Parts: sequence; structure tokens; C-alpha cells
Amino acid sequence: MGIAVQGISKQFGAFAALEDVSIEVEGGSLSALLGPSGSGKSTLLRVIAGLERPDSGRVLLDGKDVTAIAPQRRGVGFVFQHYAAFRHMTVYENVAFGLRIRKRPRAEIKKRVDELLQLVQLEAFAKRYPAQLSGGQRQRMGLARALAVDPAVLLLDEPFGALDARVRKELRIWLRRLHDETHTTTLIVTHDQEEAMDVADQIVLMNHGRVEQTGNPRELYEDPANEFVMGFVGPVNRIGESYIRPHDFELQLHPNGDSTEAMVERLVHLGFEVRVELVRGDGEQLSVQISRDEAHELELERGQIVYVRPLRERTFAED
Amino acid sequence: MLSRYLLRFGALGYLALLLLIPLGMVFYRAFEHGFAPAWDAITSPEAVHALWLTVLVALIAVPLNTVFGVVCALLIVRGHIRGKGILNALVDLPLALSPVVVGLALLLLYGRTGWLGPWLDDHGVQVVFALPGLVLATIFVSLPFVVREVVPVLREIGTEQEQAASTLGASALQIFRRVTLPAIRWGVVYGVVLTTARCLGEFGAVSVISGHIAGKTETLTQYVQAQYDGFNVPGAYAASVVLALLSVVTLVAMTAFRRKEEI
Repeated sequence: MGIAVQGISKQFGAFAALEDVSIEVEGGSLSALLGPSGSGKSTLLRVIAGLERPDSGRVLLDGKDVTAIAPQRRGVGFVFQHYAAFRHMTVYENVAFGLRIRKRPRAEIKKRVDELLQLVQLEAFAKRYPAQLSGGQRQRMGLARALAVDPAVLLLDEPFGALDARVRKELRIWLRRLHDETHTTTLIVTHDQEEAMDVADQIVLMNHGRVEQTGNPRELYEDPANEFVMGFVGPVNRIGESYIRPHDFELQLHPNGDSTEAMVERLVHLGFEVRVELVRGDGEQLSVQISRDEAHELELERGQIVYVRPLRERTFAED
Repeated sequence: MLSRYLLRFGALGYLALLLLIPLGMVFYRAFEHGFAPAWDAITSPEAVHALWLTVLVALIAVPLNTVFGVVCALLIVRGHIRGKGILNALVDLPLALSPVVVGLALLLLYGRTGWLGPWLDDHGVQVVFALPGLVLATIFVSLPFVVREVVPVLREIGTEQEQAASTLGASALQIFRRVTLPAIRWGVVYGVVLTTARCLGEFGAVSVISGHIAGKTETLTQYVQAQYDGFNVPGAYAASVVLALLSVVTLVAMTAFRRKEEI
């Protein structure tokens, strides 16, 4: 079941959270709304869920206009950044909530909840209260709760934003696997480009309430539409009008045609790669990434003079 | 160390001087001449009626103010209405206003020469010097407590749980019953206890509007005063003990609930 958003605008007082936003999410895909804070991505997600009413525009779920329909009847599952756990209910009761509202038979509820608790690896915690769970466990409970009612669309608002780095990574791999099993159309909001690239088939990159670019992770990285996209999806150097990725440089010990002289200011070992911070004669700083082996071969050290040449660069037309 | 002991001693001494000793005196004087006179004083028909009337007024006023308080708190915190600020300020009015003024205001409105009095009289409804007047006065003075207890709790829990419930298909009523109410329950309970205490102890507003008709419109607080004025001092003390015991029961209930909330 696909999601289509057409010409959505939303104003909070004088602040334009969304300006004429249109996106298309293919049914069964896992897509990400990516952008810096204040870009409108969460507002857009809440508009899709019906938790926020747009000033203008339409939301279509599976081709049906749901703009005027209450969140209760949209058939979406929503996962909140801060879990929104029902604090006075046990884990079991939290997950069973939607089914109880739908007045399903007891036995069916039990079967479904047990199934989901197993899926999110919380079987042993069914009788606990949310306050007795870790952040990661609470968010898995939030996911099970949203999945319990078999939503046509799963919406996640910075679901791993409040968790530490290790748990974040675990959970996003787990979410990807879950999606590959269930194929529920999923839209995840994140400000973390690495997370979006890791988990999503398609990324919608937003800034200042507008969509900057839509595409798969590779397209966004290889073929950014403008300098904002280029800078957001990965580190970048700017030389004059050109933008160059740190790994798109060649480092040599001797001058060679169009290469520029620079001094090694700092070497940062990142495991497989080494980041070389350079400063050119004119004071301009460059960040260059080379493999460990290359760095070893060049025998780089601080204060050394090297010659740097861009292999691939990109310019954007002024708008 | 010393200063901490001094502080503790000072606080306890202050409380003892202002609260415990006077209250202890009341108990002592009530039973000074044995248990029998005290028992006689509080089982006289007037005393029993006064006690019953006090409880009856509370039984009407507390549920009404509880419902009003919760609805009002929801409006103040969650409502999208104009004049929320005014509503919020008005709720505090009974705390700021002297109860005697409240009684007088009700008298001016519902009295024989008041705005609504003659019309209500024609239709056979008597407010002043009758149960409705007592209830109105009591409701007025005990209005803010539930609101004031529930508003901060509502603010604290936020709206995310309610939004989660709505995406899971719960209607507004189901959200209130299954999510909001359980989340604010201790605030409501605490507010109810405070409201009850205020209802039982109300004197000023009720005094103006009741007319002090013994056995008819006399509440327990007024009975105490009437006995004292009539030189039945042991009777006054005995009735005071009943009032004090009612307060102690509510206080104990409140502490019990508070402790539960902390767990």
C-alpha cells in the first residue's frame, strides 16, 4: 500500500513547517525522511498519520484520499521517538491495546500478542511495566504495539533517536530484517544520514520544509541535486566552486601536473581508512580520505609536504 | 549539624504551638468530664442531623466538583479554546475570595430580594436557607482543588500516549477512559481528598446562606458554633472532635495515596 503526499503545506504561527511538499512512497518499500532538525520531516510524518492537520494539500493511502479522516481510521502504525508507552499498563497490555479496542476475542489477542512479543524478543518481559525496561526494549515494545493491529503503513518518528549508538545500530538492522519479512510499507524519519542509507530503499531528503531530493541512497550520494544534498549525505570539501568528496583525491609525494602543494596537519586513523587533514599554501583546509595501505606506502607524517589532486569534482549551477 | 536540629526543632515547635496543642486541647476538653457527656452531646438529634447534613452536602459537592475539575483541567491543558487564560484564572477565584463574600453573593442572587430568588420562589424552589444554598456555597469554595491537582499531572504526562492510542484506533472517549484517566488518577484522588476536607470544614459561606436553623440547615461546623454560643461548651468540643476525626481520616487517606503514588 503506497503513500502519496500532494502539495502539503503546514504553518505553525509564522513558521512554515512544510511548503508545498509532494512525495511518493512505493507500497511495500522502506523509505526514509531525512533532514536536519526543523526541516519538517516529523511534521510530514505526523500529517500522514493524521496527528497533524495540513493547511493545504492531500494525503493518499493506497490511492484513497485520507486527508479528512481521523488517525483512528487511517490504518497506520506509529512509533514515537520517546516511545509513548502506556505507563500504567504492562508490556502485554501495551501490545494488546489496539486489539482490545477492536474487541477481538481473548484467545486471538493472546495468540497475536505472544507472537509479537516473541518477534521483538520481549516474551520474558510480558508482565513488566515500561518503567522497568531499557530504552531499546521500550522501543521494541512500541514497535510490537504498532504492528499488533496489522497496519497498512508503519510510520516511525526518529525511533532510535533516544538510544545509544550501539543499540541504534542493532535495532536498525533488526528493523530492516523485520521489513524484509513483513513487507509492510514503512516510512522512517531520521536526521542521521548513515541510518537512512543503512536502512532505506528510498530517501526523501528535506530542508526548510521542502524536499531537496528523492532517490535511493546511491543516487543521493553519487548524484546530489545541489550543494545541500551533497553536504548532507557525506563529508565534502569546497574549493572555489567545486565540491569534492574526501575520498576523491589523489595524494602524491611529488608534484604532478595540476596537483597542489599542501602540508599534512593531522592524521586520523579510522580503521580501514585514514583521514588526512591538509592545509594548502593559501591557508585553505582539505580533508582527504585514503586507505590504510596507501597511507602506509606514502609514509605520511605530520608536517610533511604532499601534492594533492582531485580525481572527481562537482559543481552546481547558481540558482 | 546543630543548625539542622535547630531548624527541625523550630519547624516542629511552630507546628506544635499552632496546630497540635490547640487541637489536643479540644480533645482534652471534650472528654474532660468523661465519655458520657461527650457522647450525649454528639448523639442529640440536632448533632446527628448536622453531621448527616454535612456528609450529604459533601456527597453532592465532591462528585460534581470532581467531574467539573477533570473536565476543566482537560480544557485548560488540552483544549483549543479561546479564553483559556481567563478560565485558568477564574478557577482560582474561590481561593482568593473570602467565603463570607461568596455567601453574601449567593444571598444577593438567590435571596428573597435577589435577582433569581423571587422567580425561583414562584416555582417552588428555595435556595437560600435550604439544602441547595448549602450545596452551592460548598461547591463554590471547594471548586479549585481537583483542577489544581490535575492540571500539572496532565501537563507532565504530555499528549504522546493519547496520540499513540488514537493511531491504535481508540476513540476520544476510549482514550480518556483507558489512557488519560489512569495516568491522572492519583492527581484526581488527591484533589478529591482535598475537596472533601474543604467541604466538611466549610464555615463562612455556608454560615451566611444557611440561616442556622437547628435540625434543618445547620451543618456540623455551625453546630459547633451554636453550641459554643449557647454555653454548651462540652457539646461544642465533642462536635469539634467529630470534625477533627473526619479531617484525620481524610488526611490519612491522602497520605496513603501519596505514598502509593511514590512507588
